[in-house]
Amino acid sequence: MSDLFTFLTRMGDNTLVLGHRLSEWCGRAPALEEDIALANTALDLIGQTQMWLGRAGEVEGAGRSADDIAMLRDVWDFRNLLLVEQPNRDFGHTITRQFLFDQWHVAQLDALTRATDAPVAAIAAKAVKEARYHAERSAGIVVALGDGTEESHARMQAALDRLWPFAGEMFQDDATDTAMTDAGIAPLPSTLRPAWDETVRATLTEATLTVPEGTFAHAGGRTGARHSEHLGHMLTQMQWLQRAYPGATW
Amino acid sequence: MPRPAPAPVPGSRADVTRPRARHATPSTDAALLDLLATIPDPEIPVITITDLGIVRAATLDGTTARVAITPTYSGCPATSLIALAVESRLRDAGLTPAIETRLDPPWTTDWLTEAAHEKLRAYGIAPPTGATRPRCPRCDSPATTEISRFGSTPCKAQWRCDACAEPFDHFKCH
Ligand SMILES: [Zn+2]
Repeated sequence: MSDLFTFLTRMGDNTLVLGHRLSEWCGRAPALEEDIALANTALDLIGQTQMWLGRAGEVEGAGRSADDIAMLRDVWDFRNLLLVEQPNRDFGHTITRQFLFDQWHVAQLDALTRATDAPVAAIAAKAVKEARYHAERSAGIVVALGDGTEESHARMQAALDRLWPFAGEMFQDDATDTAMTDAGIAPLPSTLRPAWDETVRATLTEATLTVPEGTFAHAGGRTGARHSEHLGHMLTQMQWLQRAYPGATW
Repeated sequence: MPRPAPAPVPGSRADVTRPRARHATPSTDAALLDLLATIPDPEIPVITITDLGIVRAATLDGTTARVAITPTYSGCPATSLIALAVESRLRDAGLTPAIETRLDPPWTTDWLTEAAHEKLRAYGIAPPTGATRPRCPRCDSPATTEISRFGSTPCKAQWRCDACAEPFDHFKCH
């Protein structure tokens, strides 16, 4: 399996899994406007998945489509961050997860627009515009709810405490990352951390939230070594149709 | 008694490829573009796909029509419908469609035509102007408030006019 294929599935699996998670809110969000916003964000992410996994299939050259890769793999072949597979729990968790991811996503996509690989640069240029919009919105809600009522503040702090240990995985380098950096395609993940720390901490401070002190980071999602127990349950929902009716098409 | 075959589902492959009323076959690239300019956007039917600026190239190669379309938003559900509409319109005009999805450069609302701005406003949607606040498409008041950053389609946000109190859609700058 080539490093480029692995890199593309990492990008596409992040947007696929987070997009599916957000779609779970459809029809159930706390307000109609938020319901629509979450569904629209999910749509953007699933659209980006089509591009990343579609390109992964082309690079692989085995005739797999984006749908094949999304719907016909099992947990151990997914390369998404553990952060994005964490369950929605309450709206505070959903928004905090989105905020931590969006801040990384924008920086990553922005760097990828300068990739030496033309298809990667084109997909990133398309996706970064959408990601910036997501990031503005999630940061705005983090501040509104963190610096909101006693109840909303407590829920946002609980979400941050639970999700913070999942942020570190975004900045861990491995051999695939080194190969991508050497090829001029992607930045080394660790190099994105200082700027992410700065903007994330500034927003959290404005939101009157306390940044957890621990530096422990859960890992194993983007390498595929060990996903959390939540991904498998999610896939039984997401892939149900293909599992029940293999090869069914629309 | 044998039942008649059901009508094809609109937009399905069977619908797209069925024989139907024919359009005149364009013989020049300009005529091909004119043909494409008759296809409405499926979600905002007052504007066409050429008004939207998503047709990036349209050239004839014998009876093959090479058309490049760029998606608006990555996940916009209208994208596949638009490709189907283009394909069926080209077939109806006796052409063989060769449709390419072109990502680069990414679509921007700067590519909306001036006609599109006027049609959107007349339809009650504030067009993308880059101003901090869109003017109310009903009473033209500049005093407006954002209700939600997202709306009924990926390209729109929800706003309210502080003067006439009517809610309206804003076609977001992108
Ligand atoms: Zn008004």
